[in-house]
Amino acid sequence: MKALTVVKGVVAPMDRSNVDTDMIIPKQFLKSIKRSGFGPNLFDELRYLDEGQPGMDNSTRPLNPDFALNQPRYQGASILLSRANFGCGSSREHAPWALEDFGFRVVIASSFADIFYNNCFKNGVLPIVVEETQIDRWFQQMAALEGFSLTVDLPNQKIIEDGGQEVDFDVDEFRKHCLVNGLDDIGLTLQDADKIKEYELQRAQIHPWVFGQIK
Amino acid sequence: MAQTLYDKLWDAHVVSQREDGTALIYIDRQLLHEVTSPQAFEGLRLAGRKPWRLDTNIATPDHNVPTTKTERDSGIDGISDQISKIQVKTLDENCQDFGVREFDMNDVNQGIVHVMGPEQGATLPGMTIVCGDSHTSTHGAMGALAFGIGTSEVEHVLATQCLIQRKMKNMRIRVDGDVNPSVTAKDIVLYIIGKIGTAGGTGYAIEFAGSAIAALSMEGRMTVCNMAIEAGARAGMVAVDQTTIDYFKGRPFAPKGEQWEAASAYWASLVSDADAVFDKEIELNAADIEPQVTWGTSPEMVLGVNACVPDPEDATDPVQKAGIQRALQYMGLSAGQNIKDIQLDRVFIGSCTNSRIEDLRAAAEVAKGKTVAKTLKQALVVPGSGLVKKQAEAEGLDKIFIEAGFEWREPGCSMCLAMNADKLGQGEHCASTSNRNFEGRQGFGGRTHLVSPAMAAAAAIAGHFVDIGQ
Ligand code: SF4
Repeated sequence: MKALTVVKGVVAPMDRSNVDTDMIIPKQFLKSIKRSGFGPNLFDELRYLDEGQPGMDNSTRPLNPDFALNQPRYQGASILLSRANFGCGSSREHAPWALEDFGFRVVIASSFADIFYNNCFKNGVLPIVVEETQIDRWFQQMAALEGFSLTVDLPNQKIIEDGGQEVDFDVDEFRKHCLVNGLDDIGLTLQDADKIKEYELQRAQIHPWVFGQIK
Repeated sequence: MAQTLYDKLWDAHVVSQREDGTALIYIDRQLLHEVTSPQAFEGLRLAGRKPWRLDTNIATPDHNVPTTKTERDSGIDGISDQISKIQVKTLDENCQDFGVREFDMNDVNQGIVHVMGPEQGATLPGMTIVCGDSHTSTHGAMGALAFGIGTSEVEHVLATQCLIQRKMKNMRIRVDGDVNPSVTAKDIVLYIIGKIGTAGGTGYAIEFAGSAIAALSMEGRMTVCNMAIEAGARAGMVAVDQTTIDYFKGRPFAPKGEQWEAASAYWASLVSDADAVFDKEIELNAADIEPQVTWGTSPEMVLGVNACVPDPEDATDPVQKAGIQRALQYMGLSAGQNIKDIQLDRVFIGSCTNSRIEDLRAAAEVAKGKTVAKTLKQALVVPGSGLVKKQAEAEGLDKIFIEAGFEWREPGCSMCLAMNADKLGQGEHCASTSNRNFEGRQGFGGRTHLVSPAMAAAAAIAGHFVDIGQ
C-alpha cells in the first residue's frame, strides 16, 4: 500500500450527501478481476453523458460539462470534499480503488459509511470526518477561489488552510500507523499466529461444530 | 454484568484485545463470490500465502451468472458476456487452486450467497460470518455476528482467519404489536429505515426485537437483517429462539447428533440479558406500518402506499430540499403525486432480500389466476438458489407465475444490480423486491421502487402500485 503522510492539493467538490458506492463506481466495472484501472470510470454516470462499459475508450466519450470533476479548475485535485454518509451502500473496494486511481488521496465529509471508511485505509486513501459547518465554509471558499487547496498532515492530524488556520481531526492510532508507513496489515496479524492457534484450540473444545464441517 | 446479544457474540470471538481499543476477532465462516474475491486470491498468490483454514470458506458465483435457461444449460462457456465469463471462471479456478469448497454455476446448491449460506446450514447461530458483500448482515437473523467486508479484508480472513475490528455500539429497535395481514418483513424494515434514515445505524450493531420481529419466520428475519446495512449498520441481528433452532435442524452443514445437542443448547443462550443496556433504543408500533413503497433514490425515501410523493418546498433543510428535488427529477415524478399512480415498466421479484421460498409463495398467492398488465414490458421471478427453485417447482409456483405472464428464471442476483443481462432501460420504472434504489442500480437511468414480494406481484397485475391491504 502507498504510504500517506502529508497531502497538499486542490480540493474538488462532490456537493451532496449519501454519495453511494454505486455512484462512485458503477457495477459494470466490477467485472474486472484486477485492482487497478478504475480511475477513468470514477463517478462514471455523472461524469459522462453516455453509458460506460468496461473496455471502452473513455477519452472519446462525451463528458458532462456540468460535472465538477470535468471542469478545468479542478484538474489534478487530490482532495475530495463531500457531505454526510459518504460511501454508503455496497462493500465494493472498487470504490476506494477508483478514487485512488483517479488521484484522490483524501476524502473529507461530515460522516462516512462504515465499510467504505474501513476500505479506504487499506488502499492508501484517508477519509476525514469534519463538522458540517466547517465543510460549508470550505464549499463557499472553493466556489469563490479557483485553485482552492488544503494541506492534510496525517502524522499531526491537522488540515491546514493556505492562510494557516488549522482544523484538527481524529484517526484511529493503528490505522494511522499502517497508512503513514504503508504497512500490509496481514503481515502484522500473522505476527499473532500463536494467539490465533491457541484461540482455535480452546474454541474447538467448547464449540467443535464450528470446525471441520465444510469439506 | 448484563450483556447484549452483540456483546456475547463479540466476547466469544476475541483472540486478543489491543491497547488502542481494537481487537483481533476470529471469523468462523467466510462466504465467497466471484465479484469481490479475485483480487483477494491474487493477493494471496503474490504474497505466497495459503488460506489459514480451508473448512471455513464456501464459495458460489451469483452476481454475474445469467438467469436464462439456455445460457445456463451451456455452462460457463454459455455466458455470453465475455467479461462476466472470465470472472465466473476465475472463481472456479481460484477455488480449485486453493482447495475452497464451491457450488459452481450449475450445481443445484448454487444461489445468492446469502440465500445459500443459511439454507445449507453453512452459516449458523453464534458464528462470526463475513463476505465481501454488504448484505452479509442477512445472517444476523439467526443470532450470529455477520457483516460485509471489502476485498482486502477478504484476503485478510483467507490468510489469518481473523479481522482487526473495533467494537461497534449497541442499538436495539423494538417493533411491538401485530402487523396488518398485508404487511410483511420487507415493509417492517423499509418503515424502520424511513424512520431512522440511511445513516441512522452507522457505527452500531442493531438488534431487531419486539413481538412483531419474534413473530417472523427465519425468512422474514433474514429480510429485516438484510437491510440493516441500508440503515447504515454493518450488522443487524435477531436473538435465537425456537424458530431459529428448528430452522437449522437437519441442514447439510449443521451439526448432528451429540454436537447438535451441545450446539442448540449454546445457541439458546444467544439473547440479550433482560437488564442489558443499549447505547440507543428505538421503539416502533407494528400497527402503524402500511405496505411500503420507495419513491426516491435512497431507501430512506419511503412511504406507505397510500401516501403522496413529497414536495421539496416542504423541506426546511436546504441539503434535504436539494436531495428531494434531485430524486424527483431522477425518478421522473412530480411533487405531491399519488404513489399509486406511478406507472410501471418492469417488475422484479428476487434478490437476497426476497427470493426465498416464502417470498415466492407470497407473490404466487397474489398472482394466482391473474394476468400481468399489458402495459408491462417484463415481470421477472428469480429464485434465490437452485434449491429454492426446486422447492417452488415442486409446489407448482412456477406454473402460477408462468401462466400469469411472469418469466421464471435460474437463480442469481439478476436485476438486483444488473451485472448480467437483466436490467432496466433508461427512465423505466420498476417495482423491485431488492434492497437498493440508488441511481442506476438496476440499469443506467433505471428507476427503482423497493417493495415486498406481495406488493410487487400485485403491481405487476395492476401495472401500478395498489393498496394490497384493501
Ligand atoms: S442479490 Fe443484490 S444485494 Fe444481494 S448479494 Fe446479490 S447483488 Fe448484492
